[in-house]
Amino acid sequence: MKPRHLLCLPLLLLLAAGMLLGGCRSEPLPLRLTDISGHMPDLDFKLTDDNGKAVTGADYRGKVVLLYFGYTHCPDVCPLTLAHLHVVMQRLGPLADGARILFVSVDPARDTPAVMHAYVNAFDKRAVGLMGSARAVEALSKRYRSAFTREPGNADGGYEVSHSSAIYIFDRDGKARLLATPSASQDDLVHDLHLLLDTGATP
Amino acid sequence: MKPTRWPFLLAGLLLASGAQAAAADHVHASHAWIRVLPGDLPAGAYVTLHNDSAQPAALTGASSAAYAEVMLHHSSTAGGMSRMSMVDTLTVPAHGEAELAPAGYHLMLMKAKTPVKPGDTVPLTLKFSDGSTLVTDFAARPANAVDAGGPHADH
Repeated sequence: MKPRHLLCLPLLLLLAAGMLLGGCRSEPLPLRLTDISGHMPDLDFKLTDDNGKAVTGADYRGKVVLLYFGYTHCPDVCPLTLAHLHVVMQRLGPLADGARILFVSVDPARDTPAVMHAYVNAFDKRAVGLMGSARAVEALSKRYRSAFTREPGNADGGYEVSHSSAIYIFDRDGKARLLATPSASQDDLVHDLHLLLDTGATP
Repeated sequence: MKPTRWPFLLAGLLLASGAQAAAADHVHASHAWIRVLPGDLPAGAYVTLHNDSAQPAALTGASSAAYAEVMLHHSSTAGGMSRMSMVDTLTVPAHGEAELAPAGYHLMLMKAKTPVKPGDTVPLTLKFSDGSTLVTDFAARPANAVDAGGPHADH
């Protein structure tokens, strides 16, 4: 069963965040994707964005965040996932400006800010590429019980990276809320993101 | 052509191809497209193959003048992990079809000789295990495309 009272945040925290959501919710949001509220840590990392700027999880407070691990030399599943998320963002219309797709590279050796910048922007203008040292990326990956492994390379130095396929969704306060698989329906993603983005909605 | 000449023509074709028709002669390609990624990143190519013969056909790979390397790959997701592996063949069943589609089988195109842009048409030569080949035009689509596009796209 879903823990009802985990969503009932202490009033003090709400005030501190300046986010008066109309008081404590007595009912959880009718979310369709896997609800991970209270089961995963808040969004937190120290990485570099695709403009070469140092960023932390706190820089994305106020935005609904879709966190996905992948790499640019992944020609199939990563682009498919990002293309689906782009369609979802399009369907959200202007509301999508309140959301960010954070694409974290699990291939620090090849994914430079320039490569990442061109890559994420080919999918969606609200997508951000994040990269860091192998240690920093591993720390973030472990935080969300995610994993990645560089596979043995071929003769000309090419290699693949196996990686967790999950999409982690955080609310505007950086709280982990939802887990989606790449095969999650676009309708469910649009539905749930609407709920998280529409902070003014009455429950 | 008069109908009476068909048996002779058919016999001639069978003889010419070693008593059995080449796989490529019975395979038809549709929904052929490439997801173009920026820079020199590898791209995925997708196509649906229909086999109208009573014999299965085995796709072993492809080549293209536009790319230095083409590999037949398979993506899989098991236990929440996405993996990609090289495969030797993809069988197109007799009187059936095989789909190369996102998150499954695909041709990985590497090292474009000249930049391929969305809107371009790129011919790929599909290769079958009996040595026969099928040249197919692939439509280059933007990175954020979800399918082959156009009025006949599958959803």
